[in-house]
Amino acid sequence: MIDPVIFLQLFLVFLIIGLFTFGGGYAMLSLIQTQVVSAHSWLTESAFTDIVAISQMTPGPVGINCATYVGYEVARSAGGSHIVGILGSMTATVAVVLPSFLIVLTIVRFYTKFKDNKIFEGVMGWLRPAVVGLIGAAAVILMINVSWSGPSPDVSVVADNFPDWTSWALFAAATIASLFFKVGPIPIIIAGGVLGLLIY
Amino acid sequence: MVPLWQIFLTFAKIGSFTIGGGYAMIPLIRQEIVKKGWLSDDEIPDIIALAQSAPGILAVNMSIFAGYKMRGFKGSVAATLGSVIPSFIIILLIAMLFTGYQDNPVVVRIFKGIRPVVVSLILVPMINMARKGNKTWWAWVISAISLFLVAFMKFSPIYILMVLIVTAICFTLIKERRSSDD
Repeated sequence: MIDPVIFLQLFLVFLIIGLFTFGGGYAMLSLIQTQVVSAHSWLTESAFTDIVAISQMTPGPVGINCATYVGYEVARSAGGSHIVGILGSMTATVAVVLPSFLIVLTIVRFYTKFKDNKIFEGVMGWLRPAVVGLIGAAAVILMINVSWSGPSPDVSVVADNFPDWTSWALFAAATIASLFFKVGPIPIIIAGGVLGLLIY
Repeated sequence: MVPLWQIFLTFAKIGSFTIGGGYAMIPLIRQEIVKKGWLSDDEIPDIIALAQSAPGILAVNMSIFAGYKMRGFKGSVAATLGSVIPSFIIILLIAMLFTGYQDNPVVVRIFKGIRPVVVSLILVPMINMARKGNKTWWAWVISAISLFLVAFMKFSPIYILMVLIVTAICFTLIKERRSSDD
């Protein structure tokens, strides 16, 4: 029998993720990663990376896709059946949307006052660069592992994502294609998959 | 008055054709909602600005607000369900299918190639955001410190955001008071 606590935990974790997502889907990825992978150990780094890949290729907002998928995986691995997984995905998706729903409907009433609010502008001025850093951290965490078991940090490569030099070459090629040639995420993911099939 | 089921269907259509992020949704909203005369073109910038000012997923926030403008609370529920349900069903089907094939050797090889490129697909938007958004050296310092604290010191992003929100409010209030004293 599945422990109902997992649903409560999923709900609370995704409620917090929904509440603290400023600046779009990528900012949300860093929150999902630190909550779901680091804090609760519900998923491994590589399982999380796979989910990000699938969420980016599937239509719909990346944040919703990611919450639905993570909710399904977490509940299914705790309860073992598809039905439990579906309940988990519903829990996570409702929880991630609920804070924005309440907040948007609240500020809609004060919108004309809110629009030129200096405090709001000030807060966003501080949050925007922080969100940039958080997204950078999400990428770094998928590349290297830092653990603080001793007095000095232990740094290692995330072997599931970067097992060999070929994977670093794929990473470099994708970065160049996306940064300098503006290639979209879907062609890059498809190319990565085809090359993976050919190389490995 | 726009029927609720039409709001639902329109946002379901927009949601299921939006691949990527919320900004990809803007031309679709224009095409589907402005052309039908449900909202005017001048209302679109307001929708975007408000959606950005609330936490959460941009595409969902835009649906909540657009739905509200059309039919109030009921409209916002219909629009939110519309923009969420198609991706929910699609991703759920994929998740159920994928768990059966996760250990399939072909799938393993494909994902071995996909994982490193996904990392660059997170890194590149961050670089673009930094180049566009970080206009002062102070912004670069905030970016660098939050990256370092989360990636290397294992801080939770939530604490960093909370500390920044409180600091920003104090700073803005002090600045306001000073300028009103002058």
